[in-house]
Amino acid sequence: MSRDNEVEIRRRPDKAALVIAVILAGVAALILWDTRHIGGAASYARIGPAAFPYAIAGGLLVLAVATAITAWRGGFPKREADNIAPIIWIVGGLAAQMLLLKIAGFSIATGLMFAAIARSFGRGPLWMTVPLGIVLSFAAWLFFAKILQLSLPSGPPERFIQQLF
Amino acid sequence: MDTFSLLLQGLGVAVEPSNLLFALVGVTLGTAVGVLPGIGPALTVALLLPVTFKLDPAGSLIMFAGIYYGGMYGGSTTSILLNTPGESASIVTALEGNKMARAGRGGPALATAAIGSFVAGLIATIALACIAPWVVKFALSFGPAEYFALMVLAFVTVSAAFGDSTLRGLTALFIGLTLGLIGIDLQTGQARLAFGIPDLLDGVEVTTLAVALFAVGETLSVAAAKGDGNEAIEPVKGSVWMNREDWKRSWMSWLRGTVIGFPIGAMPAGGAEIGTFLSYATEKRFSKHKEEFGSGAIEGVAGPEAANNASAAGTLVPLLTLGLPTTATAAIMLAGFQQYGLQPGPLLFTSNPELVWGLIASLLVANFMLLILNLPMIGLWVKLLSIPRHWLYAGILLFATLGTIGANPSVVELGLLLAFGLLGYVLRRFGYPIAPVVVGLILGPLAEQQLRRALAISQGDLTVLVHSPISITLLALAALALVVPLIMRMRGKGEVLSQVAASED
Repeated sequence: MSRDNEVEIRRRPDKAALVIAVILAGVAALILWDTRHIGGAASYARIGPAAFPYAIAGGLLVLAVATAITAWRGGFPKREADNIAPIIWIVGGLAAQMLLLKIAGFSIATGLMFAAIARSFGRGPLWMTVPLGIVLSFAAWLFFAKILQLSLPSGPPERFIQQLF
Repeated sequence: MDTFSLLLQGLGVAVEPSNLLFALVGVTLGTAVGVLPGIGPALTVALLLPVTFKLDPAGSLIMFAGIYYGGMYGGSTTSILLNTPGESASIVTALEGNKMARAGRGGPALATAAIGSFVAGLIATIALACIAPWVVKFALSFGPAEYFALMVLAFVTVSAAFGDSTLRGLTALFIGLTLGLIGIDLQTGQARLAFGIPDLLDGVEVTTLAVALFAVGETLSVAAAKGDGNEAIEPVKGSVWMNREDWKRSWMSWLRGTVIGFPIGAMPAGGAEIGTFLSYATEKRFSKHKEEFGSGAIEGVAGPEAANNASAAGTLVPLLTLGLPTTATAAIMLAGFQQYGLQPGPLLFTSNPELVWGLIASLLVANFMLLILNLPMIGLWVKLLSIPRHWLYAGILLFATLGTIGANPSVVELGLLLAFGLLGYVLRRFGYPIAPVVVGLILGPLAEQQLRRALAISQGDLTVLVHSPISITLLALAALALVVPLIMRMRGKGEVLSQVAASED
């Protein structure tokens, strides 16, 4: 690659960073939209519950513009391409835990998440890591729910133990 | 009562067996998380908040402070033996410390870091005890307008004054402020940004945000990074004890590091990193062995390590006396105080003196514990470094979600954890700092409250904000802290750009 190419790459608009600018502007718009519903109640303090949201939305708009300009000039630090697969494993694991928590209980839901995280770092096989995760989560449940009185949702394995005692 | 007798009284609280136990648990956990790459004191305190809800306030706060101090000690071990800083304040230590370890002088490097941390922690904690009553006296004259000005200053210094981009620092701060808006407005009872979701009416929990940004975000960015991050651990060869020459070269560096680190932590200037960089530069200038810098100079480990512990103690000055957090860990400790219905600030010193002084005194005790944990028992901590990353991060997330579920077993809370985790990943990827988000979330609502209180008292007269010399000074400092680095960076960047151009010729 010649030097001229490198310069060109550096100056190219950073599309991902432009998306950040759009998101910041979107959040600002969301705040403005939501704040419309808030009554004045400014009373004699002149500043009511709507003032701070407006100020923050204004700040976000300014930052969105500045981010867009910086992104256009390619002013963000360089980053290397990331692997997508591990991200999907982690997000999937956490989502599964979230959805299964109430149905399957803490140990099973968290055990699955544990195995998914290990998998995201390339550690398998799942038939080994899933049971391991469930056993570890169950041990954590015993300690925190039974000894430290933390309220963690119960599922079949937890209920089984509770029936024994 | 003078400071000395208050401190003695505090020592009485600190040596109660249960508090000694809390301190020991805190420093042990702190050292462990400091050693482990990927988790730091901020995350650990956030994880423990829900677990300690039912425990005694004094004991838990002593434990949190122990974790903070311990994290600063433990971070150096990772930097020296692995060349991967265990926490951000140890980046500089890795420069010289890892070179020393490669040259077979890992033992003395660990020793000077531990003893330097001890010396600095001891002096800085005593300085904290001496300065706090003065700041409290001064702060008693503060009205809402002054507090608002102080918080504006903290916002600027935490987000924009340091770090490598004003734009990204401020953006991170505003993300935090936006999250702080969510929930019921305390004065009028109206819901803001809750979108009809009942779980959001109470606002975003600081612990959920911190756990998501630090645990989930970190796991995502480590797992997604290309290339394997497993680095070789340098074995500790030979004696951990320093020879006469090492002592001679270290002791002045420890003292200089303390003198640099403490005020930087104590001013609302954010982060222990700045002190370590300054200390490193100073040691390089003062050293008689300049040629060794870059290949393992012991001063380059001794000074910065002392500086980062001194600034950790310094951070507690604004936190305890003004209720002003200037680092992520301090912000979460503030949430810890609030969990027990305590508001740090000048009034806490009169309403709860045994708690405040017990906490300060227990830091002295924690320092002695840490010296023992980190010198004779160093081999134990080194073993932690050999935990494979897949088990380490899977375990971190197990506890992260456990803490979140324990605080509030709801699907929405876990959904927020995942969403903020992704936010944390994006922030890291694009070089945004994380601490301003956490500080913005917790300090934003407080700043709004002070502003509205000030204007209610003045009946809407905006000039109340610049009514006293104190608030004028604070706001002027905030403006300076915003503008000066901006200009410096523009100039600095210009120079860097011209250097790049020159080297390409």
